Amino acid sequence: MAVDHQTQLLSKIAIGDGHAEASPYFDGWKAYDEDPFHPTNNPNGVIQMGLAENQLTSDLVEDWIVSNPEASICTPEGVADFKAIANFQDYHGLPEFRNTVAKFMGRTRGNRVTFDPDRVVMSGGATGAHEVVAFCLADPGDAFLVPIPYYPGFDRDLRWRTGVQLVPIKCESSNNFKLTRQALEAAYEKAKEDNIRVKGVLITNPSNPLGTVMDRNTLRTVLSFINEKRIHLVCDEIYAATVFSHPSFISIAEILEEDTDIECDHDLIHIVYSLSKDMGFPGFRVGIIYSYNDAVVNCARKMSSFGLVSTHTQYLLASMLSDEDFVERFLQESAKRLSQRYRVFTSGLAKVGIKCLQSNAGLFVWMDLRHLLKKPTFESEMELWRVIIHEVKINVSPGSSFHCPEAGWFRVCHANMDDRAVQVALQRIRNFVLQNKEVNKKPCWQSNLRLSLKARRFEEIMMSPHSPIPRSPLVKATN
Amino acid sequence: MCAPEATNLSMHKQLPFCTLKKQSLNMEILSKIATNDKHGENSPYFDGWKAYERNPFHLTKNPQGVIQMGLAENQLCFDLIEEWIRNNPKASICTPEGVHQFRDIANFQDYHGLQDFRNGMANFMSKVRGGRVRFDPDRILMSGGATGANELIMFCLADPGDAFMVPTPYYPAFVRDLCWRTGVQLIPVHCDSSNNFKITLPALEEAYQKAKEEKINVKGLIITNPSNPLGTTLDKDTLKSLVSFTNQKNIHLVCDEIYAATVFNTPSYVSVSEVIQEMENCRKELIHVICSLSKDMGFPGFRVGIVYSFNDTVVNCGRKMSSFGLVSSQTQHMLASMLLDENFVTKFLEESSRRLAERHDKFVKGLEEVNITRFPSNAGLFCWMNLKGLLEEQSFESELKLWRVIIHEVKINVSPGSSFNCSEPGWFRVCFANMDDETVDVALKRIRAFVGKEGTKKPLGFKRWRPNLRLSFSSSKFDHETVLSPHSPIPTSPLVRAT
Repeated sequence: MAVDHQTQLLSKIAIGDGHAEASPYFDGWKAYDEDPFHPTNNPNGVIQMGLAENQLTSDLVEDWIVSNPEASICTPEGVADFKAIANFQDYHGLPEFRNTVAKFMGRTRGNRVTFDPDRVVMSGGATGAHEVVAFCLADPGDAFLVPIPYYPGFDRDLRWRTGVQLVPIKCESSNNFKLTRQALEAAYEKAKEDNIRVKGVLITNPSNPLGTVMDRNTLRTVLSFINEKRIHLVCDEIYAATVFSHPSFISIAEILEEDTDIECDHDLIHIVYSLSKDMGFPGFRVGIIYSYNDAVVNCARKMSSFGLVSTHTQYLLASMLSDEDFVERFLQESAKRLSQRYRVFTSGLAKVGIKCLQSNAGLFVWMDLRHLLKKPTFESEMELWRVIIHEVKINVSPGSSFHCPEAGWFRVCHANMDDRAVQVALQRIRNFVLQNKEVNKKPCWQSNLRLSLKARRFEEIMMSPHSPIPRSPLVKATN
Repeated sequence: MCAPEATNLSMHKQLPFCTLKKQSLNMEILSKIATNDKHGENSPYFDGWKAYERNPFHLTKNPQGVIQMGLAENQLCFDLIEEWIRNNPKASICTPEGVHQFRDIANFQDYHGLQDFRNGMANFMSKVRGGRVRFDPDRILMSGGATGANELIMFCLADPGDAFMVPTPYYPAFVRDLCWRTGVQLIPVHCDSSNNFKITLPALEEAYQKAKEEKINVKGLIITNPSNPLGTTLDKDTLKSLVSFTNQKNIHLVCDEIYAATVFNTPSYVSVSEVIQEMENCRKELIHVICSLSKDMGFPGFRVGIVYSFNDTVVNCGRKMSSFGLVSSQTQHMLASMLLDENFVTKFLEESSRRLAERHDKFVKGLEEVNITRFPSNAGLFCWMNLKGLLEEQSFESELKLWRVIIHEVKINVSPGSSFNCSEPGWFRVCFANMDDETVDVALKRIRAFVGKEGTKKPLGFKRWRPNLRLSFSSSKFDHETVLSPHSPIPTSPLVRAT
């Protein structure tokens, strides 16, 4: 089928690459897919450290499952409810589900705030939640300001089918990528100059990829800013319960409740939440929109029809999350294990002179490899990245895929593997660094690869956690 | 944990209504999509839902309540499902037998979906079509229910402002699903009872040409086969002519086949996927099928929507879009097992058909006893009831008047034909598969009492009812934006047991 013909036949959305998956970064995924690491079956395979997954606490969940058979509609204890649950399609969701999600959200914020179950709206994962919020708040052509670096999936989730744009807010490594008032103003003014209507600011707190939490002052600054400009504030808090050490997490909900000295129209505030990271359930597609704007709650709820959480899953999670003892234990243990994993990994890196941005949350570290770049350019970053994939054999995510303004940063996920794999990864990194140190002081790693880097806009890259994996024969190579 | 019980309105706190000032502020700060009516829920048809909501029928606890016959649900075969569930503990990640898979399944978010799930769906879809066609698991895309599937295919095929033709009468929520966020418009292709609501080539041509004159870019035709609300299936010749028509115009043909397994009588079901196998020179890349398990298996809560396209680019693009509405991996895993159990699927489909036939026959017989005819059907979970004889006059106002009487005096929630954009008044869709036999008896009894004395056959046209209600029906235009969403403009969120 000729491309021209398809261009007429299908929608612009279908033909374009707004899905943001066309990219040279396929290499990392392909490499892992073709040669996946396994401690015994394939110990020399590529280790997957490009996926922000939380697999450290599955044992706790499994124990709970076994002890609570009535939580499932598929056990003898629960099957009597099968019919009612399979038949329930009300977009308000099971009341128990909404109630427990609201409580869980409160818990992950140290019970410093309470959430209203009637404002809890479902969506197809955080992916779906972001898209719904964009559909509710902005028209095609409107823009959201987003601090860089940011999660590449935003390019798809907020823009693809909505026609909304993203305008970057510059954050610098010189002050640890902190979000400043000046940067907000600069981004806003730039958008104005370009005749782009700004509808809101999107922040991710805790941050992906930085793994840091926003301090109170920054949150207050953002709040004042959006209120002044009368634009929305969307807070992606999906990593809320991955905070494993000080400083503690402060949700925008707390600022709203406690910092009443700041004037703020609550109609402008919206939270995106999920259980994918906090609980390690990405497959269950639990996305939550929590808005302080009644009209947005109403509208998002109607839109949730396009991505409701399966009642099969609502039922299970309602049960699990209503077990307060379990939730308490889970959150504590999860933080503990994440903390441990972080320490092991960062100290292993430190031993070979690799620093990471100081962080206290998230399922990854923001690794600083600027000193290993031949030149402080993105081409150099890509070269180094290919070496990491093909020679060190670890799939990591280069900073440019997160729109990082500065070359040399890499996001490395560490919570999706067991201790053994972490040690193997650290060993490989150590070997690589030491090998190169031996030759001379400057980074002189030879890349044996034919650099097939295309002159492609870096904005169109995407590291989808779920899958530019070209397994299906129907998925043709990148555009 | 208990299943959700029926709750009354007061138990669910409603969000306060916006003041006028807030409303106008919201118009400034929210999107056009958020502030227009295209979700279709601001409609006079709320009355039916509210009436049921306030006073839901229960065989023993509330035998005078409103009987819900406005919901196309399939609740006839859950005993078979439950039995299978009990015998197959490995299908669940929550049983002792299955929990070792919990971690991997909970973690699996690949938008290709579990291979077994796709294989199971392909298997099921094939069986539903009598094994006459095989489906490729690699073309199966997930989406958030049929709701999500219909929206997804529009995003792939049409730009804002483009149009899809749709034969009337059609499922009211198409307006939301196909148009709301996509910006696509619907062009009705009028079908009426004078020729049994057949979709004719002249009607198609007329709709197509009219659109062209108005400079509207028609991208395709969407049909529902089996039909909602008619409950009929299309014959092979008609399907072939639809394929030819759309091929010739170089436009898409989207076939919503979500009721495929609810066929309970001859003529047997013919899917577009079968027809194109037989047509040489057919341009398959223009053909797309929508499937779901909500009607066929009675699982609307599980949100299993499937887009099956014969167009590779659409499959690719659609798969990426499915990220917005993937099926929960917990559910994929369970259904994979169930649908790969060939014996079970065969037994289920046979038994489901048999029970639907039985229920249909019982209901139709009851209607016929009081001279209420219905459009002859061989599929679906409902009847398309002809109440023209009971209208004061042949108008939509009269239809709505009658509808309110049915709700408030006969106390049955049914769906008036105008909500399906039917071009002629007097038709009502009545769902019969979401209840037990005793409830059907009660419904029939009430209908009998309403229409005439039991046993006597009064000619139609005898109008006995006198509406005692202040008719608060606003004379809003019967635009295409009225919807009776099965899931739910209901401002509370109870689960109401049907029986």
